Amino acid sequence: MNLSLDLMLQLAIILPILSSFAIIAAGRYPNLRESVTITTCLILIYLVVNLYQGLLADETISVFWWELLPGLNVSFDIEPLGMLFALIASFLWLVTTCYAIGYMRSHNEKNQTRFYVCFAIAIGAVIGLAFSANLFTLFIFYEVLTLSTYPLVTHAGTEKAKQGGRTYLGILLTTSIVLFLLAIVGTWFVAGTLDFKLGGIFSDDVSIFVASALLVLFIFGIGKAAIMPFHRWLPAAMVAPTPVSSLLHAVAVVKAGVFTVLKVCVFIFGLDLLAILPTTQFLLYLAAASVLLASIVAMRQDNLKARLAYSTVSQLGYITIGALLATSTGVVGSSMHIAMHAFGKITLFFCAGAILVSLHKSKISEMVGIGKQMPITMAAFFIASLSIIGVPPTGGTWSKWYLMMGALETEQFIIMMVLMLSSLLNIAYLLPIPFHAFFPNLTAFKPIEQGASKVIQEKQKIDAGSDIQIKEAPLPSLIAIVVTALGCLILFVHPQPLFELATSVLTGRG
Amino acid sequence: MLIGLFNNWVVIVLMMSGLYIVIAQGNLIKKLVGLTIFQTSVFIFYISMAKVSGGSAPILDQEISVYSNPLPHVLILTAIVVGIATTALGLSLVVRIKESYGTIEEEEIQQQDNLQNQKENKVEVKE
Amino acid sequence: MIAHLPILQVVIPLMAAPICLILNRSKLAWLFALIVSGVSCLVSILLLQQVMTTGVISYELGGWQAPWGIEYRIDELNALMLLIISAISTIVLFAAPKSIDKEIVKGKHTYFYVLYLLSLTGMLGIVATGDAFNVFVFLEITSLSAYALIAMGKKKQAVWASFQYLVMGTIGATFILIGIGLMYQMTGTLNMQDLSQRLPEVAQTRTVFTAFAFVIVGVCLKLAMFPLHLWLPNAYAYAPSIVTSFFSATSTKVAIYLLIRFTFSVFGLSFSFTTVPLQTLFMTLGLVGIFVASISAIYQHNIKHLFAYSSIAQIGYMIVGFSISSVAGLTATLLHLFNHALMKSAIFLALAAVAYRVGNVRLDSLRGLGRQMPLTMAAIVIGGLSLIGVPLTVGFVSKWYLLSALIEQGWWPVAVLILLGSMLAVIYVWKVVEVAYFKEPVGTPVKEAPIGFLIPIWILVLANVYFGIDTRFSVQVAQAAAESLFGGAL
Repeated sequence: MNLSLDLMLQLAIILPILSSFAIIAAGRYPNLRESVTITTCLILIYLVVNLYQGLLADETISVFWWELLPGLNVSFDIEPLGMLFALIASFLWLVTTCYAIGYMRSHNEKNQTRFYVCFAIAIGAVIGLAFSANLFTLFIFYEVLTLSTYPLVTHAGTEKAKQGGRTYLGILLTTSIVLFLLAIVGTWFVAGTLDFKLGGIFSDDVSIFVASALLVLFIFGIGKAAIMPFHRWLPAAMVAPTPVSSLLHAVAVVKAGVFTVLKVCVFIFGLDLLAILPTTQFLLYLAAASVLLASIVAMRQDNLKARLAYSTVSQLGYITIGALLATSTGVVGSSMHIAMHAFGKITLFFCAGAILVSLHKSKISEMVGIGKQMPITMAAFFIASLSIIGVPPTGGTWSKWYLMMGALETEQFIIMMVLMLSSLLNIAYLLPIPFHAFFPNLTAFKPIEQGASKVIQEKQKIDAGSDIQIKEAPLPSLIAIVVTALGCLILFVHPQPLFELATSVLTGRG
Repeated sequence: MLIGLFNNWVVIVLMMSGLYIVIAQGNLIKKLVGLTIFQTSVFIFYISMAKVSGGSAPILDQEISVYSNPLPHVLILTAIVVGIATTALGLSLVVRIKESYGTIEEEEIQQQDNLQNQKENKVEVKE
Repeated sequence: MIAHLPILQVVIPLMAAPICLILNRSKLAWLFALIVSGVSCLVSILLLQQVMTTGVISYELGGWQAPWGIEYRIDELNALMLLIISAISTIVLFAAPKSIDKEIVKGKHTYFYVLYLLSLTGMLGIVATGDAFNVFVFLEITSLSAYALIAMGKKKQAVWASFQYLVMGTIGATFILIGIGLMYQMTGTLNMQDLSQRLPEVAQTRTVFTAFAFVIVGVCLKLAMFPLHLWLPNAYAYAPSIVTSFFSATSTKVAIYLLIRFTFSVFGLSFSFTTVPLQTLFMTLGLVGIFVASISAIYQHNIKHLFAYSSIAQIGYMIVGFSISSVAGLTATLLHLFNHALMKSAIFLALAAVAYRVGNVRLDSLRGLGRQMPLTMAAIVIGGLSLIGVPLTVGFVSKWYLLSALIEQGWWPVAVLILLGSMLAVIYVWKVVEVAYFKEPVGTPVKEAPIGFLIPIWILVLANVYFGIDTRFSVQVAQAAAESLFGGAL
């Protein structure tokens, strides 16, 4: 195929959205429907990889669609950061679809067609968001993403799902329409343009006061980045089926948030301006507080998905910190952390879903000793935990390394302390889970949560020698888990391409 | 000054009493009467405004050089027609209100409506 | 023929109304009314085209010259308004026969079309004419037919709502009449163009102030601006559904047009905004209106009530834009006027379809309709998203303009309040969505609305999306109209 790169760029955005029609049409035949999704994933990956190569070959890839309002275009442009995000999102979409097929079928979920349709639209929005050439286009896709994921969050249709959906939509729409939109209009008015430009778009004589106010509006307004106190939607969104939580609420939606934060910091404000704004420091501490508090809350959660959700809130804080440090090292760290955390967290969620499907367990206190029944899953869980914590031999090491370097460079010692402390907390709330799963008889690690008596009961059951069989998740789901867990390992050994993309964010082309 | 503008005083008194009746009276017919008085005051206002002192009726004649302004008269003719239409429509509405509510007192109608609403909402809550 | 377009615009529906009565068959009268409305729409398109290319059209009625005879004056603003009114009227009429079958007694169908055409005539007349007294006459034509149309509603509350509207509407119209009389007293002319030239000389007199006050209060009664909005919710809620969708899109918009015409053209910008503290007053009332009406909307059990309150809130946005008194602010108001007509007619028409299938529009009856009437409910959802102001819908475009107009003036707090107001819209729209999609249906299942409803509904919904994506037409016309209003004032 000899498609021009510009055409590929447009296809990459439109294709998932178009595929939703095909999915509706094929709705009656589940196998056909799923093959439509998989085919779309494969084509999307092909397109994005081609675009990646185009970027490496230093080609300018940009598309102008139309002018929505005078001076406000819907247009797209590829730069390394967006490329990185698009690569992760499209690759993980394939993996998640694979996982979802196993999960949704064995869980007998209803309305699967609607599920796949909304999923496809959400991915289209993510790709559009990643390749946006200006803040305005980004905002449009940001909102499309919010709305298209709402039916996914409320998929179960129960009262609880409805409540979760309310919180989800309420917070995301409120922050984006009240604060984010105001910040955009303000920027448009002050700078006269919304195009992303390396080094920022504000002129040198911009009033510090106005710029600081705008920064605060942006950071709070981008609710998807889940900075406290606007993080409540993320735990609320956990009522969704696990594939949704794993791809959207560990990767696509939340990463869209921090991606937007990075974009705003690097391409709207520019690191030089960012460094001198008085509110930057304040926001840094806020993000640091968010990191710590979320970790502490995570420790107290007994529901595995809720714990992972708070862990995500905490990890997102890292990325925001990296952006706000306003140094190139920090930005590199943040960009890499987008990828590393994506692989780690999606694996963890996959595992949580697998445990739910095979053993019908969602509480951590019930998961003692399940390592014998689900060895592969729990091994993957272990690897992913290491990656989140940031220990070799997993990918998370690199991003944390750069984030620490960034903090050190700017002499933000408090931030450094927070990062280290948080890593310790990560260990405390993640590692006991696989540990207890494999070694139910060791009492050295007392579970932190209240369910200690339950633990003992479970242990007794196991001791009683009830016949333990291997009961892993359905095969497609298992494959997905293994792939992402391996991803965590490979990213440690071979982070080069990722690193190059991340460093080229600040130099322009790849 | 006060005497010179006495037509305005008449207009104002009529207007205010009309408006007061509309607001204060609960009987729908009385409301309409008030509305008509209110409108009539405006008609008088227009007609008196057109009077030119010493002017005669606007019928062309060689001996007369000063005429009253005929335009407001014409305008108000239209307004009177409109006023009659409004009154007629209002009265027919009152007839229908009487048919369906059995009363033409504002308070009683409001009461019936409130009861109805409460009933509907209760049904909703029960379900 | 082309030269007589301005008068044809008004006369065609006026003449057609009695003919409807002669036809005396429901279907026949409908077809005829539809054709007439379609022709009106065509005329307004031609007029708009003509105005955009050659500038203001002035038409002397009966050949009498302007200050003495009645002049019809069509500039960009008028042309835009004419198009909105006639286009919405035509689209809404498409769905009329089915809806009326259910909601109006059999023998009265032809009367319905007669009154419908008369109110259309009135609105088109108000907009087309350049004569202040003529405005009053057409205003009363619209209002009288509106009272009768509302009283046709099935429930007994309809008659009562109509009566209340009649009292309020007559007071409002009479106020306008007084204002016009006082202006005539000071200037001796009724032609708006002429008035605008002669009023500045006498601007500082008490009479002109009084005239201004009467006109503004009268117009505000008609446009249901907070706190003069009390007649609107019941009138909209109990009127036949078709009437609601037509009026929600047009009648208050015509009143907004009058407000703009009187303040900007007749009294002039400097008088309205410098001599009289209209800015502070309207800004405050607009904002309070947004919040009070939105919060009331949240607590409604009847969806027509809910969206009627939302209309009052949306009028608040237009008033805020108007009170900025800059080109940008006025552009925002005009855009929102156009956009809100699209949203509300779509939503109310979809509600008409719901009423047709379910029999009522209580919130509770919507249970499970998301599954049973997917296309109709999707229309309400898209209309609702547009009300909230989500990108790619028309609501976003006007919100964007309103925000930038406010920020241009440096009124950040107001901008924040406006945005908070739209969050209230999220709440009341989502209340409807949750009931429709998450509650289990009760009672007998219903089918999707008939195609006769779906086509007009989806024309409007797609227009909501189309004009949210391709804004060239609406922005261009609104901007031209706003600029010409300011040009006239300077």
